[in-house]
Amino acid sequence: MPKYDSWKEMPIAGVIDKPATAREYNTGTWRIMRPIVDKDACINCMQCWLYCPDMAIDGIVKEDGKTEMVGFNYDYCKGCGTCAKVCPVNAITMKPETEFLK
Amino acid sequence: MPTKLAITGAAAVAHAMRQINPDVVAAYPITPQTPIVEYFAQFVADGVVDTVMVPVESEHSAMSAVVGSAAAGARTMTATAANGLALMFEIVYIAASMRLPIVMPIVNRALSGPINIHGDHSDAYAVRDAGWIQLMSENSQEAYDLTIIATKLAEREEVLTPAMVNLDGFITSHGVEGVEILDDEVVKDFVGQWEPKYPLLDVDNPITHGPLDLFDYYFEHHRQQQEGLKNAYKALPEVFAEYEKISGRKYDFLDLYKMEDAEYVMVVMNSAASTAKYVVDELREKGIKAGLIKPWVFTPFPKKEFLEALDGRKAVVVLDRAMSFGKEAPLYSLVKSALYEAKERPMIGSYVYGLGGRDVTPAMLHIPFEEAMKGELDPNEERYLGLKE
Repeated sequence: MPKYDSWKEMPIAGVIDKPATAREYNTGTWRIMRPIVDKDACINCMQCWLYCPDMAIDGIVKEDGKTEMVGFNYDYCKGCGTCAKVCPVNAITMKPETEFLK
Repeated sequence: MPTKLAITGAAAVAHAMRQINPDVVAAYPITPQTPIVEYFAQFVADGVVDTVMVPVESEHSAMSAVVGSAAAGARTMTATAANGLALMFEIVYIAASMRLPIVMPIVNRALSGPINIHGDHSDAYAVRDAGWIQLMSENSQEAYDLTIIATKLAEREEVLTPAMVNLDGFITSHGVEGVEILDDEVVKDFVGQWEPKYPLLDVDNPITHGPLDLFDYYFEHHRQQQEGLKNAYKALPEVFAEYEKISGRKYDFLDLYKMEDAEYVMVVMNSAASTAKYVVDELREKGIKAGLIKPWVFTPFPKKEFLEALDGRKAVVVLDRAMSFGKEAPLYSLVKSALYEAKERPMIGSYVYGLGGRDVTPAMLHIPFEEAMKGELDPNEERYLGLKE
């Protein structure tokens, strides 16, 4: 479902008025623990990318063919902590979302 | 030319449904709603309506079927009573939240337990917060008229809220009265054709009905439902006026009977209002300024209209045909709340009557007036009419 800022502008009844909008629905709003990566410690092994159940790890392949972990897609990361668990160098820590409340 | 028929309330409602000609009716029989469905099934069998009739295995299925049908874009109706409504309960809320303009006559009957098949208003009150429009009828004529009015109102785009039309079990549903039936064409023109905004059958514009709606938008969708009811409140006078043009019968939020100079006012819903009007007439003959208010609309609750009608009166007695265990009776608490902003607050008293179909007599309805005139009302005491004390 697309993002709406007011009850006045969204379709009534919870109707999703066009198809293929799943990508626009940010499941990351459920998260209570946020993964934070220490890029100085990260060895870019991409284990987190491989294990993430929500494909919420952003990675790139550089010109020299090597991979690089560049961060998290918080729109979809549900904070399960799998990435932190599998990281061989403990470069990912899980922090409570309360620390980020505006 | 309108036709005058001597028919039961159930037949009157079935005739309204025949003239509305819904695309789909899914229903399960339950006393005392059964004759509505029987009469209507006969119309289907005789081919006088275009309706697809779905006989289902329970009321839970009936309401589920009508939700599916209305979401598909079909004009859809059902009918039920008491325990049938209770079995529908889950889907009753869903029909409202999906903003499907289903019209459902409710033949008011006491909710079990102990099991009872006769008339009271515990079923209507049980779903007062479900998000449906609730119209209330005193007799067969009103049940017929309000079924047609409900269809027009529910389907308005700014309303899109399902509507219940309440009529008292047996007293109205099975009692034979003279009912004026409008011409088929007149009703057909009045209700018109429903143009659904999001029909599932529109395969060129695929949409999703009823998806999971968590903390991100559930709140907003409820706010929209509240707006739908507010819009129903705004639209009602217009729909009533349009109906008066075709029928000559005038409806409003409140039926005000001998209220111009009334000092002692009784508030009562549905069929007992007929007895109450008789009692008001008796009191008027004795020179007592008695009056009666009977709400035609229960949801959206006409709070402003109650305040205007009751501010400055000497006393108000509110009659409820159901209890709210551990709390004030439903209609009483709403009327009392409406009087919060009264400039000259009247004395007020709560009376519960007629539970499980117990007969309501004129002598019984004199009691609240007498206690009001003696200044014996206590706003914090619930009293009982006809109870074996």
